Amino acid sequence: MLALQILIDGFAISSLYALGATGFTLIFGVSGVLNLSHGAIMVVAAVIAWWVSGSFGAGPYLGALAGVGASLACAFFTYRVIVRPIQNSPAIPREEKEIFVLTGTLLWGIMLQEAVAYLFTDNPKTVRPLVEGVVMILGVRTPWNEILTAALSWAVIGLLYLLVNRTRTGKSLLAASMNPRGLTLLGFELSSIYVLVWAIYGILAGIAGVLLGAFLGVSSGNAGTLTASAFSIVVLGGLGSVSGSLIAAYVVGYLETMTAYLVNPSIRTVPVLLLLVAVVYVRPQGLLGRR
Amino acid sequence: MFRSRTFLIVLPALLVMALLPLGVGGYILGLLTLAYYYAVFAMSWDLLFGFAGEVNFGPSFLIGVGAYTAALLNHYWMWPIPACLAAGAVAAVIAGAVLAVPALRLTGPYFGLVTLVAVLLLQNVLVLFAGITGGEIGLDLPDVLAIDDTTNYYYALAFMTVSGAILFGLSQSPVGLILQASGQDAIEAAALGFNVAKHKMAAFCISAFFSGLAGGMLIFYLGTASVGTVVDIAVGVNVIIAAVLGGRRTILGAAVGSIFLIGAGEILRPLGQLSTFVVSAVALVVILFFPGGFMGRLLQAGGRE
Repeated sequence: MLALQILIDGFAISSLYALGATGFTLIFGVSGVLNLSHGAIMVVAAVIAWWVSGSFGAGPYLGALAGVGASLACAFFTYRVIVRPIQNSPAIPREEKEIFVLTGTLLWGIMLQEAVAYLFTDNPKTVRPLVEGVVMILGVRTPWNEILTAALSWAVIGLLYLLVNRTRTGKSLLAASMNPRGLTLLGFELSSIYVLVWAIYGILAGIAGVLLGAFLGVSSGNAGTLTASAFSIVVLGGLGSVSGSLIAAYVVGYLETMTAYLVNPSIRTVPVLLLLVAVVYVRPQGLLGRR
Repeated sequence: MFRSRTFLIVLPALLVMALLPLGVGGYILGLLTLAYYYAVFAMSWDLLFGFAGEVNFGPSFLIGVGAYTAALLNHYWMWPIPACLAAGAVAAVIAGAVLAVPALRLTGPYFGLVTLVAVLLLQNVLVLFAGITGGEIGLDLPDVLAIDDTTNYYYALAFMTVSGAILFGLSQSPVGLILQASGQDAIEAAALGFNVAKHKMAAFCISAFFSGLAGGMLIFYLGTASVGTVVDIAVGVNVIIAAVLGGRRTILGAAVGSIFLIGAGEILRPLGQLSTFVVSAVALVVILFFPGGFMGRLLQAGGRE
């Protein structure tokens, strides 16, 4: 019974992690940016969804839509106002661009987090789920929302897969991650590809944020942890490798769930951190990373 | 010429800082005391980042190891303060050497993540063994540096001046130049016959030594060691912001940035929760428009670089 409980809970959490980390790794793979405001953007999506659907009284569907919209807006802002100016700045030497992007997005993340805390307080908020009720799966009480979370996560990841592998635009994204210069030589506008990638990222982070808000609840204080867990999953799977992050998300999700159920909920994240250190020492490129 | 110019700026500034207790109250002195310890954190971080080229996301790992070693020895075994500080510094150096091992093998984001994980692990351990370490609440210390504000202020000022002089001297010395070369192009530096690994290892140990010592001093000033003041990620983030704000690769800029950061946080206190927002926004604007930071501007105006 406990095994089944772990199996179901772990699956739902892992799917959500996978969705959250996919956007993060996509941005890194295509434009080489580690976006440290990732967690804060997810929090914004969840809190806006909570506010619009609850206090504003627009219902869960409109709320979720508003949350994703807010996340999209944040992602655009991050790219236009922070990442792109730093990348284009002549005053910053090339080898230091990375640390400036990291520091810039980190500060932006803190600003978002503080703004949410100021406008909506830092109490945890649970977004009204899209579907209510529970179902018994072989004797385990499972909320419909948990099933929906897992299904929706996988549907979105599946759509992304189709987009990247089956459409012309998607293939140009893939090409940009392999050889940006070659792509420009073929007549593609690299900057419009980056805009597209940030748009996809905004939608993915937004959906992940809203689902997380409905599943576990979110407060502004979670932003740092969310960024750290996306970062860990992505490094574990191999930076820039989407399939690697999917596997890593399940490793992390199940490891955390098993620790929480079988050992002690308060050390939930410790085995993951230890695993991460071990992987980085032994195989720095991650599970499926290419160097 | 650059040296004399720098000294012409630094000496009067130090003189003003030394005479400050004659003019201002204990409240401002307490604030500056905190800022001076942060200045040492930021200067140590700048040695690692600006010169060795290693992005350490977890300065609070080194600070925390030093601080908690000192705190535990003082709390349970009643070691005198100097012995605790020395033990804390040694423990921090060991931690720095442990951190340097992956740094010599990994680059960029991978190393950044290891340093981040180091902080999270330390924080988890401290909270997990809350019975011994005091956990989130913290560990009270039987001894404090001094009760008097002015005495505390002079301790911090003297500590910052000596640490700053050593770190700045080091960065301007031949060793500092080799370190800078290793940070910017490790392969070329090695090709010129410099032992990159040895120099980077040394940078880690020196940075850790001052971070740990400053962490120990800070908790003996505060009279309590807690996760929130010396280990939390937020502490590390502040250190990084201060160093980048003041101007990376200048050492002294890190001190200026710290004093600015603590001062600004206090001036904006009436804004309540929004103060962090405003400080972050200011830091972001500086990074976007003046990537050289405060000191970068100043030194560039002097015709260097």
